[in-house]
Amino acid sequence: MKVSFQLNIFINGEGYIVSEKLTEDHIKDMRRFSWQIRMEAIRCIAAFGLGHVGGSMSVADVLSVLYNGEMKFDPSDPQWEERDLLVLSKGHCAPALYATLALKGFFPMEWLKTMNKNGTHLPSHADRLLVPGIDMSAGSLGQGGSVAAGMALAFKLDKKPNNVYLILGDGESQEGQVWEMALFAPQHHLDNLIAFVDYNKLQLDGFCDDICAMGDMAAKFEDFGWFVQNLEDGNDVVAIHEAIETAKTQTTGKPSMIVLNTVKGLGWSEIQGKTNSHAPAVSPQQLEEALAELQRHYDAI
Amino acid sequence: MIVKELQPESQEMRAAFCDRLIELAETHPELMVLDADLMGAMGTKPFLARYPDRTVDCGIQEANMVGVAVGLSLAGKIPFAHTFATFMSRRATDQIFISGAYSKANVKLIGSDPGITAKTNGGTHMPFEDMGIMRGIPQMTIIEPTDITMLKWVMGWMADHYGMQYMRLVRRECTKIYEDGTTFEIGKAMTVRDDADADVTIIASGLCVANAMKAADELAKSGIHTRILDMFTWKPLDDEAVVRAARETGAIVVAENHNITTGLGAAVSETVVRNAPVPMELIGIHDRFGQVGTLEYLAEQYGMTVEDIVHAARRAVDRKH
Repeated sequence: MKVSFQLNIFINGEGYIVSEKLTEDHIKDMRRFSWQIRMEAIRCIAAFGLGHVGGSMSVADVLSVLYNGEMKFDPSDPQWEERDLLVLSKGHCAPALYATLALKGFFPMEWLKTMNKNGTHLPSHADRLLVPGIDMSAGSLGQGGSVAAGMALAFKLDKKPNNVYLILGDGESQEGQVWEMALFAPQHHLDNLIAFVDYNKLQLDGFCDDICAMGDMAAKFEDFGWFVQNLEDGNDVVAIHEAIETAKTQTTGKPSMIVLNTVKGLGWSEIQGKTNSHAPAVSPQQLEEALAELQRHYDAI
Repeated sequence: MIVKELQPESQEMRAAFCDRLIELAETHPELMVLDADLMGAMGTKPFLARYPDRTVDCGIQEANMVGVAVGLSLAGKIPFAHTFATFMSRRATDQIFISGAYSKANVKLIGSDPGITAKTNGGTHMPFEDMGIMRGIPQMTIIEPTDITMLKWVMGWMADHYGMQYMRLVRRECTKIYEDGTTFEIGKAMTVRDDADADVTIIASGLCVANAMKAADELAKSGIHTRILDMFTWKPLDDEAVVRAARETGAIVVAENHNITTGLGAAVSETVVRNAPVPMELIGIHDRFGQVGTLEYLAEQYGMTVEDIVHAARRAVDRKH
């Protein structure tokens, strides 16, 4: 079944229409999966008692799209040579990625209950040595982009078709190294690098605008020489899907930046869009409330 | 195989470095060279001319260069990344630590102009702390090659062995210590000189090895017999050779082109104090910054001359009694 609605996406100033290939079922799958990620991520965090809920909620939709058709991967062979690589540079949002990987069968769901507990396979920040399916360790902000660029460069030199996906935070982009990488990637024509910034407007200490404003991220990356798509609703799986498809097929020779204007803590009203959303404690009762709320979103699809 | 007579190397270290990179690139198709706008200074442009696709001049962005090198290595490449030792160590520490070592990547980090060899680049460019910074990073291999024979061997070892490795490298002149074709072992000191009745061991590294040899000649004139260990691998340290030196000679002088606070003297002291405490004297930089000057002037300024080593050895021997 074809979808016929038009999205409010602008690529370099031009309107964009949804690809005809995207079926209603696929859209539902991506939507459902994004809420499943949120539910499992918050369960994972609540099992420990606190954690990075806000960013895990805002990043869930792009993860859902990537792991439902956009990225090449094989849960039974996490090191599969033909896979696409993902660098979650905002490594503190690992709970969302852990949930995604567990749901896709990279490791048992039970692992999610062990995050941050002594001897766990799942540390608070994404770890490539401990977690099947994690391609790069991250946690010291600003570093993942450079690594992703290096990976993309290697694939280019070897004429391999693998893509490299990179997810940056908005607060993270206050780090200077991000902008070193932003200069580097276009210089080397890394059009196999598809980056996102999870622009949820909040960081640990409050609103980015009140701390160190990031301003027009799309304009910044465009000025640095990237192929930029600015998604007004960065939590819309259809928009994200279309943007990734466009990024994959664009022929400018530039690396792609997809700015996701997202909502931090999306789906749990207690923190959604608020300054308490970064790494709240989650009591068993709060977990129940959050899950009930997330379930309603899921059921509405 | 030690040369019979000390003499300057026939080419600059950087020229040998570039020659060897080109050589290794032929046998290692994954080998790549990265730099942060210092290819001209490091003399690696011949590599660029030969292998343009395998050379990445990142521009003046050391942190990004290290990250890119990590990414390349995780996708199968063997990157040799160079900048001045100051910038490699101080500026990109966290990238080396987290993106590199913590993530078990495979990057060969080259920091040039160690210690006083930065000469007229002065205090801003004079690394007295690079090896100490790297020593604090778990599982790093840390090497200071002594001459071109060793440099070429070490580079071959680096290309063949997965892991995070740091090599500090003199760019220009150095003294030939080892005959061509000498082989080495990472983590094993070279015994450059020995005497069954050695009264003291001088543990030296880099340009201090030649000075230690000259000091030993001087000491012999007054009847002091010397063992010299070239401790070119700072980490893993050759603990066995250190302990043997302490037990067999009863006194140790460490001579390094680095600060004594976090450098080779500190590393050797940690081993000696735990296993076989003996009098020790430390030649190196004592809590000071760099400055401009000739090599000779700077060696005098920081107490690193042959004479300083001689005095230190005498003091160490005196303290045995």
